[in-house]
Amino acid sequence: MSILRDISPNVRNIRHSELLALGRQACGIKEKLKQGVRKPYKEVIDVSWGDPHRTGVKPLSFVRQVLAACLYPQLVNSDTLPVDVRQRAQRLLGACKGGSVGSYSPTRGIADIQHNVSKFISQRDGGVPSVPENIFLTSGSQVAIMHILNILVNSEGQPRTGVLTPVPGYSSANMALEGLGGAIVPYYLNEELCWELQIDELRRALQSAKGVCNPVALYVINPGNPTGHIQSRKSMEEVIQFVSQEKLFLLADEVYQDNVFGEGSEFVSYKRVLAEMGPPFSDTVELASFHSVSKGLMGECGLRGGYVELVNLDPNVMKYTFTLFSTDSGAAVTGQIALDLMVNPVQPGDPSYPLYNKETQHIRTMQVHNAKRVTEVLNSLPGFSCQPVKGGAFAFPRVHLPPRAIQKAKEEGMPPDHFYCSRLLEDTGLLVSPGCEHGQREGTHHIGFCIMTPVDILEEVLRRLARFHTQFMKDFSSTERLE
Amino acid sequence: MGQQPITFVRQVVALCCFPELLDSPGFPDDAKQRAQRILQGCGGRSLGSYSASQGVECIRQDIAAYIQQRDQGVPADWDNVFLTTGASDGIMSILKLLVSGQGESRTGVMIPIPQYPLYSAAISELEAVQVNYYLDEDECWALDVRELQQRYQDAKQHCQPRVLCIINPGNPTGQVQDKKCIEEVLHFAYEENLFVMSDEVYQDNVYSPDCQFHSFKKVLYEMGPEYFNSVELASFHSTSKGYTGECGFRGGYMEVLNMDPEVKAQLVKMLSVRLCPPVSGQAAMDVIVNPPKPHEPSYAQFTKEKNLVLDALAQKAKMTEEILNSVPGIKCNPVQGAMYAFPQIFIPPRAIQEAQALSMAPDMLYCLRLLEETGICVVPGSGFGQREGTFHFRMTILPSTEKLKILLTKVKDFHLKFLQEYSAQETTQENQHRET
Repeated sequence: MSILRDISPNVRNIRHSELLALGRQACGIKEKLKQGVRKPYKEVIDVSWGDPHRTGVKPLSFVRQVLAACLYPQLVNSDTLPVDVRQRAQRLLGACKGGSVGSYSPTRGIADIQHNVSKFISQRDGGVPSVPENIFLTSGSQVAIMHILNILVNSEGQPRTGVLTPVPGYSSANMALEGLGGAIVPYYLNEELCWELQIDELRRALQSAKGVCNPVALYVINPGNPTGHIQSRKSMEEVIQFVSQEKLFLLADEVYQDNVFGEGSEFVSYKRVLAEMGPPFSDTVELASFHSVSKGLMGECGLRGGYVELVNLDPNVMKYTFTLFSTDSGAAVTGQIALDLMVNPVQPGDPSYPLYNKETQHIRTMQVHNAKRVTEVLNSLPGFSCQPVKGGAFAFPRVHLPPRAIQKAKEEGMPPDHFYCSRLLEDTGLLVSPGCEHGQREGTHHIGFCIMTPVDILEEVLRRLARFHTQFMKDFSSTERLE
Repeated sequence: MGQQPITFVRQVVALCCFPELLDSPGFPDDAKQRAQRILQGCGGRSLGSYSASQGVECIRQDIAAYIQQRDQGVPADWDNVFLTTGASDGIMSILKLLVSGQGESRTGVMIPIPQYPLYSAAISELEAVQVNYYLDEDECWALDVRELQQRYQDAKQHCQPRVLCIINPGNPTGQVQDKKCIEEVLHFAYEENLFVMSDEVYQDNVYSPDCQFHSFKKVLYEMGPEYFNSVELASFHSTSKGYTGECGFRGGYMEVLNMDPEVKAQLVKMLSVRLCPPVSGQAAMDVIVNPPKPHEPSYAQFTKEKNLVLDALAQKAKMTEEILNSVPGIKCNPVQGAMYAFPQIFIPPRAIQEAQALSMAPDMLYCLRLLEETGICVVPGSGFGQREGTFHFRMTILPSTEKLKILLTKVKDFHLKFLQEYSAQETTQENQHRET
């Protein structure tokens, strides 16, 4: 039998996920509830992932109608569905080989959809040209991130290939890097300045990598995950200058670009900023931009639709990139269809527009409301401090854990914020993500939870959290309490 | 290729996608019931929610039940079942898990020649050592365990062979391994402590009346507890083949057996990095393992559609073999299963020389010429691997019977022309030679 020692060291080196462990605890609780075990709550509320549908947000009707018609083309000829839905499904089916979503699609994706994505990018970026051949549609942006990292990382190399990644950041990207034998070079976002990215910190991080690994890339997430920070154009220009100077490949994870709601906040893509900086930057800086149907207004995480656009890559590298992507045998067609609907949404005047507008407006209003409500409630609770949430899908408040709680966590062999989340889950049925999952400055603790949730669910989340937190802080601050 | 999707599959997935259709009279109750069960297992009752990285729990349970039934009662634990993004995702993941070591202890992966090139690509990407074992074309592409043993011994000189990949039914060869052969292979794996990966995506594509699909797991079970409780096995299946042909859904699963619990935990951790497989593909997989039962409303139509596809494939398999074998210079083994013919083609020496001058494989030259002159696109045997000095091409048997017949006639005409073109002057040269 293969034992641990026989398996890939790169796989073994992938960090253990605290959130996965909490997920297992949640499964155990759900099982007990199903069996009728009495608890102070009737159900587990899981807001630990950036997964709006899981929390109860409804999918956009137009998206699901078109998908259903593509899956079951008999619907195209019936009048169960609005005419623009049927027309769109017909067009999309025409773009699929053999007129079926069941056919393999080409490596870069279904050509029509690839072209629509390209057009969308160009339009979004004020006319900056986009070349379809530089775009790969994938089963979720995570697949694209993994492939690009695969190209950059020399798995067996000495010293190890390094990638600068943000703290706090996106744990799955870090795990992907580790799985390839790469080294994480952390750069810390500035919590006091609303999680701003600072160039000095990038420089410090790069310096720290000397002699430890060979840094080849900088991974930025904008809007931030889990921070929700929206980068200013000036900051982005500084980042581009930095990567240009240091000859780093720029990985721009922009999946939350449609989740921008802070007043005065505006998303601009790295591609646009790069193009508008002109030569030499625009001709030389290597960039990969990632987007997805999982976030934004659609929240279609389970459909697995994403893309990467590559800029300024050496043609020979593009050749190998193509070969690597081809091993997937194409992206999930349902995800590609969702991508088409994202980049080419319903327009005013279309029959489905009124409903589409109502649904999207509702989600936008919900985001703005939730962001405000969360910061308001959390900042009113002693022991919490929450930066304003300007974008993204999460709140990531700091929890000021009492020393006795930290001590107790140590005794139980878990990171303090995992301990907090575990108790929260057990006592209230609320599952949130511990800060240690995303990374944080030493000695600080946080929790992260999705705020792309229906308003009433968020109220329940905050109610359970507030009640638990108040009790927890009391229990672990009191000096008279016996162990 | 013109094959129609199975109505029931599409109905269930469409219902999952747009649950408002559950109120529509246009969908049968059994489809609605399955859709509801699947949605119940999804976060927020939506296909749009991430599933657990191993897949939706009720689907994993349905797959385990299917495997158990298929294997006539051999127990299947749903905890050993993982949904994957097509079988490729599962295959890559297992290989990624198992490749380790340096230099002479670097993991060797035994693969059949000819093979499905995902294996060689994965081995290359993971910098594992590729250990080829040749299927016997003269014995209808049979796997001879002595060949495995020989290749294993040779490979031990320069690597640590730890993984044995089998494709059954075969791609591109279509051979269906008999039970005795599978037993011998498993015995060999047991002796040498190899991890067996059995790619069984074509398990529903068996055409020859003399052949039967035997799952590696079932054969292992029948070999007794000493084998069943120790040989490490990962079996793969997919929505892409069979009678559903839903390649674009990227649906699949793997079942792992006898994996050390700590190793399994590492596998789960590794799978979590890619988040989850497309939930619509998981739903399609669920329908495949849980098709309409005889008492259900959709049973009649489902069975009719399924049999139409499989009967047509069986017919086309026979026809393709016959027509290709009628061509001088083409020899085609019986297409026992899968979806391909992989005939051996005689390429005249002059054509071989021309190919060499162009720095391309001779069968690539052949295929390019075939494409240019007839518009028919096939894949050269060099893409799959073949014995030195032999040439092949792989074509699918998927076009409609009428189209296939026309296609095969064109291939025949092309081949005869090709032979003539590259033989003619040679004959003249030979004559000249003889005269001097």
